[in-house]
Amino acid sequence: MMQNDLLGLSLLELSYMIASVTFILGLKMLSSPDKARRGNLLAGYGMGLAIAATLLFKEEFSADKWLNYSLILAGLVIGTVIGTRMALKVKMTAMPQMVSFFNGMGGACAGVISLVEFDHLRHGGEISTGMLIVILLGLIIGSVSFSGSLIAYGKLEGKIADKALPAGQFINIALLFALFGLAVYLAASGNLSMSLIYALLVLSLVYGVLFVMPIGGADMPVVISLLNSFTGMAAAFGGFLYGNQAMLTGGILVGSAGTILTVLMCTAMNRSLTNVIIGSFGGGGTSAAKSREQGTVKEIGITDAAILLAYAHKVSVVPGYGLAVAQAQHTVHNLEKILEDKGVELSYAIHPVAGRMPGHMNVLLAEADVPYPKLLEMEDANDDMANTDVVLVIGANDVVNPAAENDPGSPIFGMPIIKVWNAKNVIVLKRSMGKGYAGIENELFFHPKNRMLFGDAKDSLEKLIGELKNL
Amino acid sequence: MEDILNLFYENREFIFLILVSIFLGIEIISNVPAVLHTPLMSGANAIHGVVIIGSIIIMLQADPTNYYALVLGFLAVILGTLNVVGGFVVTDRMLEMFKKKAR
Repeated sequence: MMQNDLLGLSLLELSYMIASVTFILGLKMLSSPDKARRGNLLAGYGMGLAIAATLLFKEEFSADKWLNYSLILAGLVIGTVIGTRMALKVKMTAMPQMVSFFNGMGGACAGVISLVEFDHLRHGGEISTGMLIVILLGLIIGSVSFSGSLIAYGKLEGKIADKALPAGQFINIALLFALFGLAVYLAASGNLSMSLIYALLVLSLVYGVLFVMPIGGADMPVVISLLNSFTGMAAAFGGFLYGNQAMLTGGILVGSAGTILTVLMCTAMNRSLTNVIIGSFGGGGTSAAKSREQGTVKEIGITDAAILLAYAHKVSVVPGYGLAVAQAQHTVHNLEKILEDKGVELSYAIHPVAGRMPGHMNVLLAEADVPYPKLLEMEDANDDMANTDVVLVIGANDVVNPAAENDPGSPIFGMPIIKVWNAKNVIVLKRSMGKGYAGIENELFFHPKNRMLFGDAKDSLEKLIGELKNL
Repeated sequence: MEDILNLFYENREFIFLILVSIFLGIEIISNVPAVLHTPLMSGANAIHGVVIIGSIIIMLQADPTNYYALVLGFLAVILGTLNVVGGFVVTDRMLEMFKKKAR
């Protein structure tokens, strides 16, 4: 019997070790385009192995726990069916909020684990302040991640508007103090009252809501990435609690990788993380841009635009979220093929934060079969701009706004942008003269080189294709 | 204070592991091209679903009459599975497209 136990435990630990290695390799492979998919699958297999090994070897099977086992299996089946269906049904444009939703589920899972373990401590578990701290931190971080992710989900779905409470910052800081005060009291006093832990739970959930609520839509990717690393940390606390290597490595890797990713995104927008969290982007942009002489906006017709494109040597497309909303990624790829047939060289200039998430545009264009080498990163695109005959800005706004370079009063001042005005001609495809996601005016529209092609992006592109075929 | 030092001593190997993992995470991510940020975030999201193991351990160790633990544990298993399965499937869907055009 003893030997069987030992065998089981060794297999368990071995499985966790293998799983940890697959997580590390998986993340590593996710950073190269041709290995990424295998990396994801590899980490998935590792996860499956860790789950199966836990079920089989963690505890010796005993018949009177039939209820426990059936509930585990039922939970696994329910989660798999719902998760798979949601993941397969979601549109590519809605990907960021889907990630946010799944992230929230992980946070909730960590929070619930802490609740159960707290109750366990009350009933005869050995109370150590250290373990108590780990449990409390897991609860706080997991719950903040859960409610915050759901708010981020709601915002990206357009179900929740950006709202800043008056004195919101003050309330948030007060809440944070209350949260940690209560946690410190719980940990130090050893008073394991259930009502106190529920109070902590509620405070954490409210804090998650208020934390994400005032943050502007343009900053949502940063917030999702931050919450992602929160959940990673919560998972790591769980790993600490159970002395579980797989949970520890998985959680910590995501915690640290997620934090770095968050910082990378902030750098791409030239803003500090504190600025994102405390200042609400685009909320109260100064009037510097508005008071400026605006000049006139020139329009261009479909035929003129088609001719300009057909006789260009080099065309660059700057896609933005508007392209995703209009579901125009396939249409733009068709335009690309037609222009290439005419000998025009076409590439895409991808701003790191175009869309709602870094890399969002790449995913969308990849969906439409646009070859990877055609996607230029911002720096390369900018270097090439002077040699470009026509730039087509499709549904992008803030990422081509010169205010980021020359208007210190602008909320996006300092953000690196694609300098489309260095090209010979610029055509902006836009529904109307509305503002971008950050809610500010764009001088580019009044630039002498720029002309506007008003209308739905997909519609305009289809008309352009029609026109080009007739040329 | 003594309690916390004790915690440190008893778990020193874990804490070592944590420190190494933090640096490893930073190293792995630092070289990622912006193109892959979204799939990477999504993949990382799936990986922290490893928290599901905690919920399974709760269920395995719960007394069959402890309904508080059973109900919450059951809920946690569902939540964790959603995170894991949904996360990996969504990431795979994103990456499938990268693959296709690589031909």
